[in-house]
Amino acid sequence: MSTSTAVRPFDLDAAWHLHEQVSIRPERFGALLYHFGTRQLSFLKSPLLLQVVNALADSRTARTACVDAGVAAGDLASYATALQTLAASQMICERSTP
Amino acid sequence: MTATALPLVEQFQYGLDAPICLTWELTYACNLSCVHCLSSSGRRDPRELSTAECNAVIDELERMQVFYVNIGGGEPTVRPDFWELVDYATEHHVGVKFSTNGVKITPEVALRLATSDYVDVQISLDGATADVNDAVRGDGSYATALRAMQNLADAGFTGFKISVVMTRQNVDQLDAFKAIADRFAAQLRITRLRPSGRGADVWDELHPTAAQQRVLYDWLVAHGDGVLTGDSFFHLAAFGESLPGLNLCGAGRVVCLIDPVGDVYACPFAIHENFLAGNVRGDGGFTTVWRESDLFTDLRRPQTGGACMSCSAFDACRGGCMAAKFFTGLPLDGPDPECVKGNADAALLAVASGSAPKPSLDHSHRTARRPVPITLGLRASTPPVGACNENPLAGLAI
Repeated sequence: MSTSTAVRPFDLDAAWHLHEQVSIRPERFGALLYHFGTRQLSFLKSPLLLQVVNALADSRTARTACVDAGVAAGDLASYATALQTLAASQMICERSTP
Repeated sequence: MTATALPLVEQFQYGLDAPICLTWELTYACNLSCVHCLSSSGRRDPRELSTAECNAVIDELERMQVFYVNIGGGEPTVRPDFWELVDYATEHHVGVKFSTNGVKITPEVALRLATSDYVDVQISLDGATADVNDAVRGDGSYATALRAMQNLADAGFTGFKISVVMTRQNVDQLDAFKAIADRFAAQLRITRLRPSGRGADVWDELHPTAAQQRVLYDWLVAHGDGVLTGDSFFHLAAFGESLPGLNLCGAGRVVCLIDPVGDVYACPFAIHENFLAGNVRGDGGFTTVWRESDLFTDLRRPQTGGACMSCSAFDACRGGCMAAKFFTGLPLDGPDPECVKGNADAALLAVASGSAPKPSLDHSHRTARRPVPITLGLRASTPPVGACNENPLAGLAI
């Protein structure tokens, strides 16, 4: 399942959450992410994206997490791309229960 | 929403509230005497941080949300409390990646390591063959490293790191190193030789030639993300495209070194008083050194680039490695001694022999073979006859 997420476009209408082995450290520019399982470091390049990622687990879909955080409709596509990058590196995962 | 979306490399230049990762050398004690040891290790320093002091540093790292530490030495596993410290760190959400020559990686230890997600191991190997490796790391060190790798592989530990310092003698073994890593389901990590510690003594014979630097660059471009580099080859970015990772010197900005006695240096390759920011034993501990020391504040100011500013490759290599310049006697705002454009060649020739700064510390074993001065001379005359010599012919010269 994780391999197929890498190729298909990000599903904004699915439910997502941060991988349990990932730590987030807020920074002025956004945040640093570290995955203890893959030992990969990643970056969130804006504080708003950090807000979205933090809200994923408690939001019904990724789209609601974006909208609730205040992402403008015109910016949704670029946030989906950023989330797709995080999904491809297993920083965030789809969850089955809403 | 912040309007200032500076590239990350710019953000990092001005420093972070906590390092992304840091190197922590737990001891200067080592069973080996590698000729290029960047910390001139060998003998334990009696002022080494105690277990309690190490735990206090780990508590700080947890509060600062440092994700992981690169533990090294010396040979860190010879500290009697090594495993206790590893456990303490991982229990406090500080991941550990430790570098070892493999001497203590028994089958039992390998099994234990294989079960932890929060501990990563890096085995040092500086030759893909025993002759090349042992010439640098000492007799038997190749066999020790390979045995450790076998133990890790047998225990099911995949993805451990094999860490190679690139030298003139091993650049042509790059494919062989990759094959060793593949054989053990490990990951290859290659890093740059620095003229730091004892490395200064062997730099001229060991550092890769200009032609080898090109070979190295092409090999790195071909292998991309599949090979780790500790982001240490950013000076090669001047050949063309940037290499994966951070292409900037992170010293005092996103990385630093804590040495065995708690001294905090800007980077692991700069053990010299000029790059000493403070000590974790001081008031305010590591946090204050990181956030407030004069040295680190200074390093986080915009750098001028000096003589390199007019170079077309400056944005790619940013003048290269501070430690490499310092210990070869070059100015810090000029080109790297291994500048691929050859811009340091004239300056290097002008450095008077023996004038480059020396490391502030030396914990090398004292057992190295070196000449011992003795005075040879002929006895001026025959030895005096002892008072107790009862031989009637004593002292008789015919």
